[in-house]
Amino acid sequence: MQHGRYRFIVGFLVAPLALYAVFVIWPFIQSIYYSFTDWTGLSPDFKMVGFDNYTRMFKDDIFWKSLQHSVLLVLLLPLVTLGLALFFAFMLNVGGRRRKNATVSGVRGSGFYKIAYFFPQVLSIVIVALLFQFAFNPRGGMINSTLEGIGLDSFQPEWLGDPNLALICVMTVLVWSTVGFFVVLFSAGMASIPKDFYEAALLDGANRFTTFFKITLPLLWDTVQSGWVYMGILALGVEAFTAVQVMTVGPGGPDYSTTVLPLYVYQTAFRDGQAGYATTIGVGLLIVTMLFAAVVMRLGRRERLEF
Amino acid sequence: MGSTSAHKNEGPGRRDVIKRSAALGLISVPAMGFLSACASSDGGSDKKVEKGKVTKDNPLGVNETAPLEVVIFNGGFGEQYAIDAEKKYNEAFPKAPKVKHAATQKIQSQLQPRFNGGTPPDLIDNSGAEQMDMGVLVGKKQLMDLTPLMDAPSIDDPSKKVRDTLRPGVLEMGQFDGDPVWIMYYAYTVYGVWYSQTALEKLDAEYPETWDDMLALCKKAKKQGIAGWTYPGKYPYYLPFSLYPFIAKIGGREVLDKIDNLEPNAWKDPAVKTAFEAYYELYKKGYILDGTPALTHIQSQTEWTKGKALFIPNGSWVENEAAATTPDDFKMMVAAPSGLDSSDKMPFGTIWASGGEPFIVPAKANNPEGGMEQLRIMLSEESSKNFTKQVKSLSAFNGGTDGLTLSTALQSGVDALKKAGDNVVNPRMQDWYVKLQKEQIGTAGIGEMMAGRLTPAEAIKKIQAFADAAAKDQSIKHYKHQ
Repeated sequence: MQHGRYRFIVGFLVAPLALYAVFVIWPFIQSIYYSFTDWTGLSPDFKMVGFDNYTRMFKDDIFWKSLQHSVLLVLLLPLVTLGLALFFAFMLNVGGRRRKNATVSGVRGSGFYKIAYFFPQVLSIVIVALLFQFAFNPRGGMINSTLEGIGLDSFQPEWLGDPNLALICVMTVLVWSTVGFFVVLFSAGMASIPKDFYEAALLDGANRFTTFFKITLPLLWDTVQSGWVYMGILALGVEAFTAVQVMTVGPGGPDYSTTVLPLYVYQTAFRDGQAGYATTIGVGLLIVTMLFAAVVMRLGRRERLEF
Repeated sequence: MGSTSAHKNEGPGRRDVIKRSAALGLISVPAMGFLSACASSDGGSDKKVEKGKVTKDNPLGVNETAPLEVVIFNGGFGEQYAIDAEKKYNEAFPKAPKVKHAATQKIQSQLQPRFNGGTPPDLIDNSGAEQMDMGVLVGKKQLMDLTPLMDAPSIDDPSKKVRDTLRPGVLEMGQFDGDPVWIMYYAYTVYGVWYSQTALEKLDAEYPETWDDMLALCKKAKKQGIAGWTYPGKYPYYLPFSLYPFIAKIGGREVLDKIDNLEPNAWKDPAVKTAFEAYYELYKKGYILDGTPALTHIQSQTEWTKGKALFIPNGSWVENEAAATTPDDFKMMVAAPSGLDSSDKMPFGTIWASGGEPFIVPAKANNPEGGMEQLRIMLSEESSKNFTKQVKSLSAFNGGTDGLTLSTALQSGVDALKKAGDNVVNPRMQDWYVKLQKEQIGTAGIGEMMAGRLTPAEAIKKIQAFADAAAKDQSIKHYKHQ
């Protein structure tokens, strides 16, 4: 019975799996292959160089710096974004005062807030990054002008021009632009939690704090976990790349203070004409991404609650 | 939510299979798929057009019926000058189809796959932030030797070869090792210290010829709330535009040559130290515009045209680029960097001028003769004048400004070149070692020093380490001044 079933499932999956193999898996194998060559990307001739690219990568300070920044992003960004999103979503859905005919409801005007939070999602990350590049401009940019307006003339940081602040600025923008998506996602999750649970909790005299940690979060855990993986991939991939490339310009911030792995891959391949070495760094990025996914899947495993 | 796969001991469920394959996909997709999008293919079929007959009017032997494809960098100079020159090509070869023209800022992302696939266009203006690495292109034999073009008669005067109509240094810049000419730099850029004559007049000052005068002028300006200098802090590799000739002026041009040749301890030359310390003093005395380390090139130029700072290191494209924010009474000028004092090895007027807008003809182009012929047309007096008129920059064609009304900026550039005479320096860092120049020396070294985060001694030590690493790096091609 078991064999038949497995075959039955796989039978239906043959076509998509084949497509997947050709368009996803195969490029991977190719990339790994190219990481052992001295391919320039500008001409089709190259030769095998064995592990040269890898030894070079291990001695490459910029690689380690990019790795460090990418790891920092992947640890911090999901934590901050999801934490904020959970808080907002809770306030929007169950955090409000009790009103007529409703045991649980969001704060006043939650419909409007939902739209406001979601708004950055409709903007392309490039536009967001450009906007903030102007806002962070220390001369006449929105942020420093505001600081000046409230009498903080002496406190005029250089933001993206300051190696200690640049990466934090980039992270803030990434949080700003992604948090809305998770607010909406978690709101949907919370909406499907039966109201009786909250009613019961309220009858038992639970406060908001307890309600959140004892009811909302456990029942939302699956969604949070998916969000975590998704956010991690944004932090390791295209979003982080775009924000750093557009906002800090140059080679990833003053003195490499914001450079991240995908940016380094891009620069090595498309500026330095060293596509072979770039794929090597790409393999490094692949390993980091896999580790991240594995860790999240492992740590997130919990007893499922059914309702 | 709700019930999912509750088959603890029953083997894989439908969802398990999907989930596992999805997990595999999820984690791998973002990592590096995009690189293999340009996976290398075979050299492409060789479908070069046949060469035409060499005649007096057609010295390069262009096939008169072959199509021609040109890709232009659409940056500070736009594309109109090229379109005009392409019309001339079609007039000269009426049997050929209309020249296929494309303009883009994404030179590399558009053309790299075509080079790799063996089907590049016939003529490319390989310029801008997405410039393809020339060293790699030459090293991998992807470029056409332009010597036949250099030896062809010029359009205006058949008794003169094209090579004799060029400004000094342009031809040499297109060479890497030995005689072949790989690149034709079409624009001629004057680098230096840019300022507004009007602003100086308001301060009752003249352009300072020595560093003491420079500091005195900055002090005077500061009292009136004007900063002395600004620069694109996000691209601090603009600073060398005035810093390198300053170094040459103090210590002689050999210092720059040693730096270009990546010789050991080249950066430890006393001239470098003196020059760095002089620039660092600008920072220490507060003569740099506040916030400069975080400005882009456009933002810093705008602060400068708004009159918030007197001087900016830049190149002659700035006139066109900053035109939108430049007030009418700005009187934009360029000058050679101020010297240190009378003990300098080179006279005041020593300036950095060199070719810009590198044009290349790919070795695998279908119609390389056509590409070269198009360049020959662009190097005629008429096309060159048209270029100067449209984009306010000099071209590689020597002369060709007679009879044109030049802007103050362009005129000051012409004057500066005249004053410099033989004292034109041409540091090659930025075309030989792009990463070293822009990212390491420029951003991580000089930029950090000018932001006050490194002392000159620390900056020199850091830069020397970068240069030593580049000299040892076998994955980049090394060049020497001939």
